[in-house]
Amino acid sequence: MRMILRYPLVERVRWFLFGNRAQRGLIANVILYALLITIGFVYIQPLLFMFITSMKSPDDLLNPMVQWVPTEVYFGNYTRSYRVLDYPNTLLASILISVVPSLFQTFVASLVGYGLARYRFRGKRLIFLLLLVTYIIPPQNTVIPQMLTYRDLGLLGSPLALIIPALMGQGYKSAIFVLIFYQGFLSLPQVLEESARLDGASDLRIFFAVAVPSALPAYIVSFIFSVVWYWNETFLTVIFLEGGMTTLPMQLSKFTQAYENLYPPGVVNIFDRLNEAVKMSGTFLNILPLLIMYFILQRWFVESVEMTGITGE
Amino acid sequence: MTVRHRFRREISLRTREALHGYAFILIWLVGFSLFTFLSLVETFRYSLNDVTVTATNIQLDFVEWDNYSRALFTDPNFVELLIGYAVETLISVPIVLIFAMIIALFLNLDFRLKGLFRVIFFLPIVITSGPVIKELTEQGAASAPGIADSPAVVEFLTELPHALRTPIEYLLTTFILILWFSGVQILIYLAGLQKIDRSVYEAAAIDGASSWEMFWKIVLPALSTTTVINAVYTIVTLSHFSENKVARYIYQQTYSVQGGIGYASAMAFVYFGVMVVLLAIVYLFLRQWVKRSN
Repeated sequence: MRMILRYPLVERVRWFLFGNRAQRGLIANVILYALLITIGFVYIQPLLFMFITSMKSPDDLLNPMVQWVPTEVYFGNYTRSYRVLDYPNTLLASILISVVPSLFQTFVASLVGYGLARYRFRGKRLIFLLLLVTYIIPPQNTVIPQMLTYRDLGLLGSPLALIIPALMGQGYKSAIFVLIFYQGFLSLPQVLEESARLDGASDLRIFFAVAVPSALPAYIVSFIFSVVWYWNETFLTVIFLEGGMTTLPMQLSKFTQAYENLYPPGVVNIFDRLNEAVKMSGTFLNILPLLIMYFILQRWFVESVEMTGITGE
Repeated sequence: MTVRHRFRREISLRTREALHGYAFILIWLVGFSLFTFLSLVETFRYSLNDVTVTATNIQLDFVEWDNYSRALFTDPNFVELLIGYAVETLISVPIVLIFAMIIALFLNLDFRLKGLFRVIFFLPIVITSGPVIKELTEQGAASAPGIADSPAVVEFLTELPHALRTPIEYLLTTFILILWFSGVQILIYLAGLQKIDRSVYEAAAIDGASSWEMFWKIVLPALSTTTVINAVYTIVTLSHFSENKVARYIYQQTYSVQGGIGYASAMAFVYFGVMVVLLAIVYLFLRQWVKRSN
């Protein structure tokens, strides 16, 4: 501070506005925040729109004056979409369908990633190539034979149809998790594992006792991302689970139909017809569990890169 | 211990290591063969046949390449959907990449409330799913705010030839959602940025380089490999997205009477082919730049 005061006032004002080598000036800061706030607002505008529309009563919807601030607090849309979505059941199904395959997927991906990172063997390049291939192939190119096989085995509609591929390292976006673990294990020092080996521990023991604990952040990040991706996945879940379980996104995709089953358009009065407010409340209920999870675990998303040691290569 | 003895021991150690390595990836290899490789081959076989599924078995009638020629030359929708998909993807990729890079550059700076902005920009990673996107697009919540529905723009669009109008309309009505597909890419760019050694910036600053020059001379070249990864990620994500029009069409045809599994499988392979071409185009385009940067 004293050092700075020795400079003339003009110089200090110039620094304050335009910054110097050590810090940004006021003008740069104003521009930075203005840009961030604008982009941030545009970015989450669909979410705000969704939430505000979902709080609008039928009167507010018809009133062209009501844009961003509803005139009353109205939960009618939510009580209806809660029923239409069959919320407790579909929520449980979604949790089951995303958590269980993710557990297996994460574990198997870590095994494979560890094998690739720590052992020298022939054909490693081929394995990486095949990983890339599994990542790129559109699900349309593999899903029908799988579906028909499940049908023959009587597994169609059962969560096992999603769990078994995950258990074999072929779950949803599995290749990404293998690469995360590969990178993660590469960035970890090998010293502990070496000393365990000298102590005569077996490879599997070293993996469980030394490697797994030290890569815990990679496990958590992978598990969270896996849960989110499984939760939001609808292509495979619709094909494999149809006729069995119904997840939240599956139910949302047939929202109109389900609504009209519960509230037949010819029978209910005009205010109980399906409108965009009800639809938006259904959509919001759909993402609510993820939002809650995100705000609790946000550190793991936001800092996932630092946590897992992904270096972007 | 003789030299020869030691040599043999060495070999056996190496083999043992390799065997242990294979043991770790064995389950993946089995899964790959069963779920990916066999299914891919089987789908290809379907695509060359008329497939009838009954309650007890699957009946195949060999039709050679009929399903493919039908998809490419007879079907009035498929090729148009494919072109639309290719154009939309080629428009979206640069938007996503540039946006992700800008946001990552911002989030790499030091400023107050950085945590809050990070939470905002990664939020779409969590909530982007087919049905949610579909609902939001239907309600018009995804358009570039205040632009898509302004009279001047609407008039301007009606003047344009069809080939130009659809991509621009796509851009205007789904602009925010295109941005929503950049969450993971921002993360990957951040990883790339954090890898750049601070001392490089300091050295450049001492030589009198401005931030602008540093961006073009240091940051951008350093992010070239990351950009390739992000481009691949973006193309794959957009192509696999369950609301993708081509994917939806193939899905509908799978269960429809006129379509059937054989026809849907053929379309799936054509789609896969187009996707690989897109990946190749973007990769070759970016590779020039990566080479120059290294």
